[in-house]
Amino acid sequence: MIQQLLEIKGLRAYYRTLVGVVRAVDGVSLTIKRGEIFGIAGESGCGKSTLAKATLRLLKSPGYIHEGSILFEGRDLMSLNEENLRKLRWSQIAYIPQSSMNSLNPVMRIENQIMDAILAHENWSKDKARERALQLIRMVGLPERVLRMYPHELSGGMKQRCVIATAIALSPKLIVADEPTTALDVVIQRGILQALREIKETLHASIMLITHDMAVHAEIVDRLMVMYAGKVVELGDIHHIFKDPLHPYVKMLISAIPTIEERREIKGMPGRPPSLLNPPSGCRFYPRCPYAMKKCSQEEPKLKEVSPGHFVACHLYEGW
Amino acid sequence: MSEKPPLLEVKNLTKRFLLGGIFKKRYLTAVEDISFRIPGDKPNITTLAGESGSGKTTIARLVLGLISPTYGEILYKGRNVQEMLKHHRLTYIKEVQAVFQDPYEVYNPFYTIDRFLKIPIKKFKLAKSENDARKLIEEVLEAVGLTSERVLGKYPYQLSGGEAQRVAIARALLLRPTLLVADEPVSMIDASLRAEILNVLLNLKKNYGMSILFITHDLSVAYYLSDNIIMLNLGRITEMGDVKRVINNPLHPYVQELIKSIPIPNPERRWNEKINFSELKEHIVVRRGCPFFERCSHPMEKCKEIMPELVEVEPNHWVACHAITKL
Repeated sequence: MIQQLLEIKGLRAYYRTLVGVVRAVDGVSLTIKRGEIFGIAGESGCGKSTLAKATLRLLKSPGYIHEGSILFEGRDLMSLNEENLRKLRWSQIAYIPQSSMNSLNPVMRIENQIMDAILAHENWSKDKARERALQLIRMVGLPERVLRMYPHELSGGMKQRCVIATAIALSPKLIVADEPTTALDVVIQRGILQALREIKETLHASIMLITHDMAVHAEIVDRLMVMYAGKVVELGDIHHIFKDPLHPYVKMLISAIPTIEERREIKGMPGRPPSLLNPPSGCRFYPRCPYAMKKCSQEEPKLKEVSPGHFVACHLYEGW
Repeated sequence: MSEKPPLLEVKNLTKRFLLGGIFKKRYLTAVEDISFRIPGDKPNITTLAGESGSGKTTIARLVLGLISPTYGEILYKGRNVQEMLKHHRLTYIKEVQAVFQDPYEVYNPFYTIDRFLKIPIKKFKLAKSENDARKLIEEVLEAVGLTSERVLGKYPYQLSGGEAQRVAIARALLLRPTLLVADEPVSMIDASLRAEILNVLLNLKKNYGMSILFITHDLSVAYYLSDNIIMLNLGRITEMGDVKRVINNPLHPYVQELIKSIPIPNPERRWNEKINFSELKEHIVVRRGCPFFERCSHPMEKCKEIMPELVEVEPNHWVACHAITKL
């Protein structure tokens, strides 16, 4: 069995607009191993959600995949037709989109919604599907009676758990979760993250966790990839990145988080990410970078492995 | 000894909203019997913290006079805010300013930033000449870490969220308010720009002597910024006092649960115990007794019946919990 569950190579996902092409994801490569939680961090507009959608080939017009390959267990998703993709999604790769807790059908009991999802993909009897729904609802830590309830009777956190239960109904190997806890209160957030980790263990699945919240990443992911303006700037073990961040942007991102651990001064960074319509040549972070050199404005830094498994795209680490 | 009155004093504040109902009126009690003070002797940042539905924004809107209280009163420098709004509206508005969550919402997208900053100058006659006005604008922009070249002449959509929020703070600063009510001003802003705004607020306190009533759901932000913190749960104060005392040594079971759930940005210190949360019960509101009763890990018979009073258990650290105050 190959170690890599998902392998993305040189992915470029763009949006066509009236004023030009927006390069939201511009040459991203990554691998997700079996059984790991892979985190993707970055600020709004860095391309993390586009990357998630592109991974499932769910990008809708005006978005499109310009080039790149997406290998799932060695199969190239780019060469699959829509019918085969549909079979693969949900059964193999589950997707929990942003604010999906509001996507439950308000006039349908939770049980029927979960069963519908199962029956759309599997040729099961209704009883078998019902039994599975019960199993799932327990797996996400909800009591049985939730099955008979309607979405309006549930709190935000419970709805999110139902969405997760539906997503994992067919025991997928990969769960792509886009900001699954944003807009939830911290206590509920902790419950959801706890549930996700348990599900991962039970199903032996991998999770691609997308969130802007670095503290959430620190809490649960195994490896982290940080994006800036459509590019990967740093990728590595979460412990390494927090202990010794290499890219100036990642350094800043970590020093900008307030924490109740200690009351230290936090520092932000002026400026804003470049427009993805006409990104500057060279490094995209260079206009905001405190260590910018002449070279940075001309030549784009390549993602380079500076220590085993720790990659960074920055000219400062040229000689390493 | 004539002590200076508190800058803001909230006394037994209750706000009920009418939910409708054709034959029988139904009410939602958003905040109930809230009392706290922001001291007037030196600039202070007080944070109202709580989860969604805890009533924090309702309190902010009451303080700003956008809605009026059902019971109780709010005193600004010893004067009733409702009265002030009737008779000295401009004075109150000038001294108590606000910034809100969505940084773009306060702008009219058809006009440039210049107009946005000039309106209060005209309305409150802050400058004698065009030249004075320009100087004033430059000064407040500098105070929030912006330059006039960067923002003047621009339209709102040309600013980043962080810049738009800082311009909104700059406009409030034009009036040199004594109190700034900031309702979740950084929750829609990315991390790199959020830190900048928090530092701007700290500078306003330091350099302009401004006090801030800061509203947030993010306790890490509250810890960084504030002197005092007020923890709300379902419209009631559960714990309040010095921010270090409350966050480092929470006494109320609700606050303890909350603080245990904050993700720490340090992968070496992860959550290692599994905790069970009674999410299911979060919507059951007990009107008599402690609002946290249903979710509490050590409920007592008494808690069901009697609402615990806020008691000062150590200097500037108040808790409303029968289990703590019986000791």
